[in-house]
Amino acid sequence: MSQNFRLKNIGLINRDKKISFKFNGKSYFGYEGDTIASALLANGVHLIGRSFKYHRPRGFFGSGVDEPYAIVQLYRNGESVANIKTTEQELFEGLEATSVNCWPNVNFDIGAINNFLKIFLPAGFYYKTFMWPKSFWHKVYEPFIRKAAGFGVASTKHDKERYEHKYEYCDLLVAGSGPSGLASTYAAAKNGARVILAEDKPRFGGTLLTSEVNIGNQTGKEWAESIIAELKEMPNVIIKNRSQVFGYYDHNMLVMSERISDHLPKTKKYSPKERLWYIRAKEVIISSGSIERPLIFGNNDTPGVILSSAAKEYLKVYGVLVGKKPLIFTNNDSGYETAVEFKKNGVDPVILDTRKNPKSEIINEAKNLDIDIKFSYVVVAAKGYKKVRSAEIAKISEDKKELSIIENINCDCICVSGFWTPTIHLASQSGNKTKFNKDIDAFVPGQSKQEETTVGSANGIFTLEETLKNSFDMGYELSKKITKNDNKISVPSVVEKKSTEHDKFWCVPLPKGKNYKRFLDFQNDVAVSDVEIALKEGYRSIEHVKRYTTLGMATDQGKTSNLNGLQLVSNIENKIVPEIGHTTFRPPYTPVTIGAIVGREVGKHSKPTRKSPIHKWHNESNAVFVDAGVWVRPRYYKQGNETLFEGSKREATNVRKNVGVCDVTTLGKIDIKGPDAAELLNRVYTNAWLKLPVGKARYGVMLREDGIVMDDGTTTRISENHYHMTTTTAQAANVLSHLEYYIQVVWPELNVNVVSTTEQWAGAAIAGPNSRKLLQKLFPNLDVSNEGLPFMGYTEGNLFGIFARIFRISFSGELAYEVNVGSDNGNFMWKKIIEIGKEFEIQPYGTEALSTLRIEMGHVAGSELDGRTIPYDNSLEGLVSKKKDFIGKRSLNRKAFTVEDRQKVVGVVPIDKKTSIPEGSHLVKDANAKLPNPKLGYISASCWSVEHDNPFSLAILRDGKNMIGQKLFALSPLKNKSIAVEIVSSHYVDPKGERVRS
Amino acid sequence: MLHIKCPHCGMRSQNEFAYGGDASVKRPELNKEISDLEWDNFVYLRKSLRGKHLELWQHISGCRQWFKVQRDTATHEIFKTLKANEDI
Ligand SMILES: [Zn+2]
Repeated sequence: MSQNFRLKNIGLINRDKKISFKFNGKSYFGYEGDTIASALLANGVHLIGRSFKYHRPRGFFGSGVDEPYAIVQLYRNGESVANIKTTEQELFEGLEATSVNCWPNVNFDIGAINNFLKIFLPAGFYYKTFMWPKSFWHKVYEPFIRKAAGFGVASTKHDKERYEHKYEYCDLLVAGSGPSGLASTYAAAKNGARVILAEDKPRFGGTLLTSEVNIGNQTGKEWAESIIAELKEMPNVIIKNRSQVFGYYDHNMLVMSERISDHLPKTKKYSPKERLWYIRAKEVIISSGSIERPLIFGNNDTPGVILSSAAKEYLKVYGVLVGKKPLIFTNNDSGYETAVEFKKNGVDPVILDTRKNPKSEIINEAKNLDIDIKFSYVVVAAKGYKKVRSAEIAKISEDKKELSIIENINCDCICVSGFWTPTIHLASQSGNKTKFNKDIDAFVPGQSKQEETTVGSANGIFTLEETLKNSFDMGYELSKKITKNDNKISVPSVVEKKSTEHDKFWCVPLPKGKNYKRFLDFQNDVAVSDVEIALKEGYRSIEHVKRYTTLGMATDQGKTSNLNGLQLVSNIENKIVPEIGHTTFRPPYTPVTIGAIVGREVGKHSKPTRKSPIHKWHNESNAVFVDAGVWVRPRYYKQGNETLFEGSKREATNVRKNVGVCDVTTLGKIDIKGPDAAELLNRVYTNAWLKLPVGKARYGVMLREDGIVMDDGTTTRISENHYHMTTTTAQAANVLSHLEYYIQVVWPELNVNVVSTTEQWAGAAIAGPNSRKLLQKLFPNLDVSNEGLPFMGYTEGNLFGIFARIFRISFSGELAYEVNVGSDNGNFMWKKIIEIGKEFEIQPYGTEALSTLRIEMGHVAGSELDGRTIPYDNSLEGLVSKKKDFIGKRSLNRKAFTVEDRQKVVGVVPIDKKTSIPEGSHLVKDANAKLPNPKLGYISASCWSVEHDNPFSLAILRDGKNMIGQKLFALSPLKNKSIAVEIVSSHYVDPKGERVRS
Repeated sequence: MLHIKCPHCGMRSQNEFAYGGDASVKRPELNKEISDLEWDNFVYLRKSLRGKHLELWQHISGCRQWFKVQRDTATHEIFKTLKANEDI
């Protein structure tokens, strides 16, 4: 298609580089430096989508982040992205975009029937209509809303792109590179401050790119370019374009999203798609500018109605005419600047000014250019469905209530200017108490809460001269405070046209007998009449009005609609705007991709992966791995086509019959040293520790102060003042913090210290009747007899030249040892054990067999010590000292903990000796009782007992002590199972504990 | 994200720290007879106040020291940080 609306000699685009792209399947071309919006407008395309509620035709309204309509589904490099603003998205070769909110296509949209039924879709429509009957919600209403509403479609594919996070510190962060941002950055940088300057758009300079002003002896644009060129060379300055500072958080932490690759056909190798910057700034300058406000009139959402500033930007930056017969509708001088630009480029505009007789330089210029200006005139309604064809205009009375001389005027676009709204989001997010400025009918920042200063039009200052002076001063003052330097730059002289006062009038009344829709929120289709209904129905708080009407709740967060909504409420309520107050500004200022927020923490990088030093051997030996907290552990070592059930059964049986070896490196290990080490253990554990001899280990249970079991494990006295504590894999970090808390905060008088040694030692548990014979071969010079190394004994040995710690402890209920060597030698140790163990029929076993062994011998673990049980519940009451005090002891007196029928761990066997009981099943007396069926307990862990060759489970059961021999039912509604069971002792294997002592 | 001054290491971001609750709570002495109410207050009852709050934090990804922070719970302003054995 030809570019009928592109001018020849104006704009900042690169005409040497043509770029072809597709919109709704049709091919177009634009130039490098175009956005989708400017390229489509150059091709005369104004119809971009359909509106949210009424499916009315939608065009372009803005030229940047404020755009409420022109949202598309974007296709880039095989990926699809939803809700892309065409006014922000730069063109790249091969770009494809499609309209959203329309079916079957943008020109013929079935949903547009809503438009003709709009009498049925007033404010609160969703609340009122989709309420009853309740059963309809699920089947009828929700699917309907989902199909009819919403914008783009989120991709369900895995995102192959890479996103990065970056942390940065600086003296000064400047958000926005318009005149105020450039001036303050320059002044601060010249004074030695470390400055970050962030610009949302691809081009630096903000309004200097489109204004007819002079700074010093340069045009505004030239000045901006020279400042940027100089800043780029300064080592203390980071300047970033395509970077939006979207959130202002506590302690001067700001977050910025940098779109590194979104303007390219595909992301470059070794480059991320987007980067999220966490910036801790000593001072922040907010130079985020202002956004033009719409004027409200009938059908003001018709494609072709556009902000006057946007029309000017399309013209001056992109060389694009938004129309060839423009109507400018303004209540202030800004509209004249746009009119003058049209005129200079050979297009004759008509200006409708709501003011009666304003006088200023720019108005004179327009008059001198012979531009047709009608004062005290308004647009009553736009005419045309998919594009503006004409406008109904009228003279308005002085009190702005009466319309007269209503007539039609031909035009192909209506450029509106309702004055300016400062962009105060960042200031407000920082906690700044914003205030209403009556002179500009808008909120501006007030008292700062954090180290933030707002300058330029974001602060309600609309003359360039004052903006520059103020911004140079601020850059200098703030940098001086930090750097103590005193290098002040003189403020350049400014030539600009002075403007006169704006008109407070912004909403055109309806002519008699007409009910044109006048839209406030263009993205959510909220009209003046919706707000009127909300107020009529009794909504008063602006927060309630917002939610009831959805005003300002769309993805543009009401950038063009909030203030007009407030004005309307204040008009109807006869209050002034500050009494109404504005709704809360919440980050992000503009949408941020989930990818950027998540960064690199996806898939296997979402948490650290910890592997034991023996991991490689496990992998080569066909181990099937399982996540155990952050560790990766072998679940079983697969032989042939073995299932988990078969493999773990084989491994556990071999432990009971011969000998097995298990990698227990992951157990938490804490070194405890100092003269008061024993005293610490005595206070932390429930049992007595003061008399444990050197060379002995002891099992211990520790509680929280509320009496609940926190963790268990063995601790060994290595030497006089040196202990080695083990914790469960899961609780290792918590136990360390727990000990540190008591040592540092509660009992600082104790002379003892703790340090984690989990990573320092590799551990192998050798368990089974053959384990002593194997140990003897591993340590030929050591006395490992039952007398030499008794149960719970400790010794040190030499494993083929390597120092080893040997503990005679057992988790499996068998005769067992645990050998520890330095992590670097873990692999060596493991290979030696496997090699020498061959003659004793050794097999490695994984966590599944480990569980089986501990469950059938009734050894409680994480599934019983689940943060809800006390020692008694786990049959550990024998380990609770009556003589000494310890952490959590006082809580054990609690009534609920001492009741007669207190829950206790029991064993559970299915009567049929065949059906495995799902973990989490409920134990009940009567399987067929009426619901809710009283629950007596729950299954905490299940296994296939290799000793008895039938299923066996552990359960926490009310009055467990007196329930042995009872017949109950295990119900698992999730698995739809009801199993008749018998309650037995939790010690299903070797109840007297003879094997471990053999 | 808060910016917290560890009394041992200096200014660090919040993600290096773990919150540890009210620093004004004192654990009853060991082996001391106390009422159920007193023990209950110690274990369960905490003020959820708005305003200045003295609390414990631990520099878990740093020096691992527990220390005290005086912070405004509404504004997050941090007035002072102290070593565990220092009093405000
Ligand atoms: Zn520290």
